[in-house]
Amino acid sequence: MAALTEEQSILKDQASSWVETHLPVQKFREFRNSNSDGGFDPQAWSAMVDMGWTGILVPESYGGSELGYLTFGVILEQLGRQLCASPLFASAYVGATAINLGGSDAQKQHWLPKIVDGSEILTLAVDEQSRHQRDRVESTAQATGDGFTINGAKTFVLEGMSATALIVAARTEEGSVGLFLVPADAQGLSRQAMHTLDSRDYARVTLSSVSVSSEAYLGAMPAGELYEAVLNRAAAGIAMEMLGVGCYSFEMTLDYLKTRKQFGKVIGSFQALGHRAAELYSAQEMARSCAEAGVIAIDQGADDEAAMSALSKAKTGEFLFDMSNQLIQIHGGIGMTDEFDAGLYLKRARVLETTFGNQAHHRDRYATLLGF
Amino acid sequence: MDGFRNDVRGCVKENFPASLAGVDLAGIAGGESGARASDEIKAGMETWRQRLAEKGWGAPTWPVEFGGGGLSDREADIIGEEIFEAGAYNPIPHMTGMGVTMVGPTLLEYGTDEQKERHLKGIASGEVRWCLGLSEPNAGSDLASLSTKAEDKGDYFALNGQKIWTSGAHISQWCGALVRTDTDAGKRDGISFVMLPMQQDGVETRPIRLISGASPFCETYFTEARAEKGDLLGNLNDGWSVVKRLLQHERQSQTGGRGVSMIDAEPLHVKAQRFVGLDETGALADRDLRQRVVKNYMDAAAHKLTAQRITDEAAGRVEVSAAASILKNSNTRVAQNKAELALEIMGSQGVGWSGDDFAEDELGIVREWLSGKAMSIYGGSYEVQNNIISKNVLGLPETTQKG
Repeated sequence: MAALTEEQSILKDQASSWVETHLPVQKFREFRNSNSDGGFDPQAWSAMVDMGWTGILVPESYGGSELGYLTFGVILEQLGRQLCASPLFASAYVGATAINLGGSDAQKQHWLPKIVDGSEILTLAVDEQSRHQRDRVESTAQATGDGFTINGAKTFVLEGMSATALIVAARTEEGSVGLFLVPADAQGLSRQAMHTLDSRDYARVTLSSVSVSSEAYLGAMPAGELYEAVLNRAAAGIAMEMLGVGCYSFEMTLDYLKTRKQFGKVIGSFQALGHRAAELYSAQEMARSCAEAGVIAIDQGADDEAAMSALSKAKTGEFLFDMSNQLIQIHGGIGMTDEFDAGLYLKRARVLETTFGNQAHHRDRYATLLGF
Repeated sequence: MDGFRNDVRGCVKENFPASLAGVDLAGIAGGESGARASDEIKAGMETWRQRLAEKGWGAPTWPVEFGGGGLSDREADIIGEEIFEAGAYNPIPHMTGMGVTMVGPTLLEYGTDEQKERHLKGIASGEVRWCLGLSEPNAGSDLASLSTKAEDKGDYFALNGQKIWTSGAHISQWCGALVRTDTDAGKRDGISFVMLPMQQDGVETRPIRLISGASPFCETYFTEARAEKGDLLGNLNDGWSVVKRLLQHERQSQTGGRGVSMIDAEPLHVKAQRFVGLDETGALADRDLRQRVVKNYMDAAAHKLTAQRITDEAAGRVEVSAAASILKNSNTRVAQNKAELALEIMGSQGVGWSGDDFAEDELGIVREWLSGKAMSIYGGSYEVQNNIISKNVLGLPETTQKG
């Protein structure tokens, strides 16, 4: 665990006990069983708003606390542990990041307080094919007299059905990828739920001749740079959630190793399993260092922020991939049953792996950033 | 700390002899290529050693009264960093064999005042080289099954038996040996730790030639070898506690400090650009190799970040902890994998043994690749570290070392 300030520690403890009490994985299971369309529990979401989590990245002048990315990451880690589904990440992390970096004063004034009070739910709409590739954006934003006309189709949009506004990545006439704020109820925007295996809210979105005003364009940073920066930060945030999913999976597995008996002794006394646990624990420690370094680099405005984000997503992904498979394997038959939670963790693990670029994607980025 | 750093920087600049710039000091200090060094280099080395010793920088964190610098861990790190940045090298830890890294810290904890007074200064100054007689032909990972005996002869112990993998035994002045002092007690209960001089009739060393061609390890034979009673470290029959601590210090020293390495001299991706080339997109032409190089880089970054995080968590105080097992294994994995990748990148130039067809750095990398295979064996093998993690960190039941 990275060294936290007193304020960060308090928030972490608060998040951890709140999640365990109010939103344990059983809640997610109940929710899954009752809502085939995915989504989130509105009561839990409003509690998160009340606790101020939606303002962690937002400057105080816009109603937030601006505690930073490590703080937000620590909360995402706690939520990941119990597979909490909420728009917190899509809106208050990714959405707030895009507006903080790319918004004018007027745009900040309009959007940030609404992100903080939960009245607007933002999300980023990037992917156009099944694999996340940053340069494959064919959606277009054509300048009109007083705004833009956006055309394109997006897929795998996180919280896509619940979002009240989408930040759409579209190619401008200059050829770079810009970000545009599009209200979910805009004329010409249609969306359809995607039933992913982790029962979360993902959507396909079609934009046909959607007209937006010039106020929709996030132009405080050059278009391509903003797009890259938002994706880098999104990847680092997902890594913290993945860390939580992985750590909890490890704890469940270790507990089972200490209690399940076969051949007259606990199975953790078999060296093959003891060594596997040791390897997983080591991988977990490496993943924690990388995930935390990803968000810390953002807070510090480090020169290697982009590389650290690639490192965080790739290494956490590597750990979670193995951990989620071993979670099933070590639990044996019980791990294969829907009644037991292991399957829920495996499913969430794979969806997160593919969100904002998988391990291979981030290894490729890392090499490119290092110049080879 | 900035003021301290500036002082150290100035001091290194002023005192590091120009004649040593670019010389493989690690090889010389380790005793492997010492004999081949020129008189000028030997003289420069001696001057540099004396200057470091005067400041207590051979063992910066030890008390000044025992030849150390009386400094904090953080200050010691800064000294290491500045020496590295200046292209210099601190040869004292290497010159003392196991002295600075293992024997000294254990002596500080278990030694009597008299023992500390007698032994520590020679280590901190780099003048006395120590080896450790731990492993035996039939006691490797199962160290506690050792059978070398020490018989009580009144004012001294008489040692009989054979040790193996004794690093630098043939060039050491002192040895710390783990010996059986009670044959009736349980496996771990009848063991003691004694210190004895190597230059005596009862001690014989035979260097073992390794796959790398080097001979850093010996077989060491004790035949009525004499260890004074005053050189028993810790209590009689409590040597297992002493050695456990000693091995923790060993793991700590193997968690990835900075060394001078042929493999590190040119980063893998630069080497690969030289041997493999780039494709039209500017990426390494061999995409499979590129993925594996980047994985190695990421593993190295993860190791470094974890070492840093553990130091930060200990609030600047580097504890000998269970984390050392994790770090020893990750360091080993990264280093061995890096050596394999270096060889692969060089193709047929990476399989040379000697002669003019191969550049010096190419031959050096091949030897380092071979000697690096020991990393996952010495100091508690990769598997032994995993036993320690599963038992001491994760609290799983013990599966080995019964009795």
